[in-house]
Amino acid sequence: MLQFLLRRVSLVIPTFFGVTLLTFALIRLIPGDPIELLAGERSLTPERHAEMKARLGLDKPMLVQYGIYIVDVFQGDLGKSIVTREPVLSEFSTLFPATIELSICALILALAVGLPAGILAAVRRGSVFDHSVMGLSLTGYSMPIFWWGLLLILLFSVDLGWTPVSGRISALFWIEPVTGFMLIDTLLADEPGAFTSAVRHLILPSIVLGTIPLAVIARMTRSSMLEVLGEDYVRTARAKGVSPLQVVAVHALRNALIPVITVIGLQVGVLLSGAILTETIFAWPGIGKWLIESIARRDYPSVQGGVLLVATVVITVNLIVDLLYGFINPRIRHAR
Amino acid sequence: MTVDSATLSAAAAPPHPLREFWSDFSENKGAVAGLVVIVVVAFVAVFADVLAPHPPHEQYRDFFLAPPVWQEGGTTEFLLGTDAVGRDILARIMHGARYSLIIGLIVITLSLTVGIGLGLIAGFFRGVVEILIMRAMDILLALPALLLAIVIVAILGPGLFNAMLAISVVYLPHLVRLTRAAAINERAKDYVTASKVSGAGLLRLMFITVLPNCMAPLIVQATLSFSSAILDAAALGFLGMGAQPPTPEWGTMLADAREFVQRAWWVVTFPGLAILVTVLALNLLGDGLRDALDPRLKR
Repeated sequence: MLQFLLRRVSLVIPTFFGVTLLTFALIRLIPGDPIELLAGERSLTPERHAEMKARLGLDKPMLVQYGIYIVDVFQGDLGKSIVTREPVLSEFSTLFPATIELSICALILALAVGLPAGILAAVRRGSVFDHSVMGLSLTGYSMPIFWWGLLLILLFSVDLGWTPVSGRISALFWIEPVTGFMLIDTLLADEPGAFTSAVRHLILPSIVLGTIPLAVIARMTRSSMLEVLGEDYVRTARAKGVSPLQVVAVHALRNALIPVITVIGLQVGVLLSGAILTETIFAWPGIGKWLIESIARRDYPSVQGGVLLVATVVITVNLIVDLLYGFINPRIRHAR
Repeated sequence: MTVDSATLSAAAAPPHPLREFWSDFSENKGAVAGLVVIVVVAFVAVFADVLAPHPPHEQYRDFFLAPPVWQEGGTTEFLLGTDAVGRDILARIMHGARYSLIIGLIVITLSLTVGIGLGLIAGFFRGVVEILIMRAMDILLALPALLLAIVIVAILGPGLFNAMLAISVVYLPHLVRLTRAAAINERAKDYVTASKVSGAGLLRLMFITVLPNCMAPLIVQATLSFSSAILDAAALGFLGMGAQPPTPEWGTMLADAREFVQRAWWVVTFPGLAILVTVLALNLLGDGLRDALDPRLKR
């Protein structure tokens, strides 16, 4: 197990350095002078320009610049936002809980609906239910989620008035951020109605962000379940007289879920991509919206730091899923 | 006991590969439906100039936000209504089909060409070259697809062409991995050795001997990437990083329509519906192709 762990971790390191190379290059590839970009609208005297260049280390050789960048990154220094003058890392950590909260809710929704739908579709293979699940999941998979969000706003917020249009909580409440997770913070704050308001704000964005993972999980669960249901040991269990429910829930499901876990891990990238669109539509103050706004404002240190942090999250989650997968499935652990 | 010799030979000869493919493919009703929709969309795209009831950029100043024909206040002049500056939505959607299909085609062509090239090089030249190529692909995979595309557009500047370039880069890793795996697999086979022994050069081995036998999974991946390319390009357009207004690209149309979501549902509904139907049809088609082309799935 330890050997497996070390091998997987060692594969991740070059990828991480590759990403730092990419983010390092990012700010230098953008057309135009980086100093003028960093200075923003203000005009610079040639002396001031040279001074800033020296201060930022941009007059040194590329390799030295990269070395300095890497040392800074490992010390948690990702530079300062040009717009707010705040350290990028602290901006990211204030906004990240909002994205995590939304993503977790979306994933819970996707699992709560996708797993049972996939299992039932496999058990009732060829039935009307099976066909509807497959049809709906392909539709969900093909959904332009930014449009889906607008449609849901049109129906539930504009026509029916059930849910709010945007934000994390009604403007009537001021909630002290303790954990950064609105659902927890509203419970801690003990303000009547605040928690309900936070839940109502979460519903539509979670549906929008959860749609594609839901479709993928339902399809994957169905096909994995179908495969397992055809195995000999399932037939043996049935022949022994084990009840149909127990065959599905105990014998088949445990093995069928192994590939599903990998697919769930892969949804992290999908969720973060989707968060960019979902947060933009619902004015959700998370990192997706922040990144888009940073790009629009040409706030490149924020973009650079944000991209590196998001990539680090994706790499770490994929590693954890990989390790978990090896933990559940010994065949992977021992394979060379 | 006489057997008609014609029946005998017909039964013995294997069906032509294309015919076999078609009989497998046409069994899948969803795939055929997808194909029909795509043919219709392509027809509309090619003849948009003739079919569209109005020019896509013409602004009718007496008809700002006119509702579709079946709703009160709608006219037969504008079947799906008009947008905020009085442009016919149906005409813009028809012209938008052109953009979406061209985006899909260009992205697929670009990423297939580069992806196959890199994949074959990695599969043939093993060693350092392979490690470099595959690690680079891992780095691209570490970023969420849309974020990577956005970052590339941020470097190159917004616009339709740069958006297509960015999406092509995003799809590279999968194609490179597929090609490399298939190439390594094929290269070990006897027919490749035979060809090498008879004096075939490296380029001939790569592109003429091995590549045709790697095409089935690549065709499937290309169809599926075609639909994702349309979705991603629309998403970039929606975020203001793809096609720029007043281009009648579907995602860009939705971005323009966002502020009217409370007043004019038709401005928001129809462009998105066009994206959904096209992408769904392509995915049905891709699923059907995969079932018909993948020998492992054959009964």
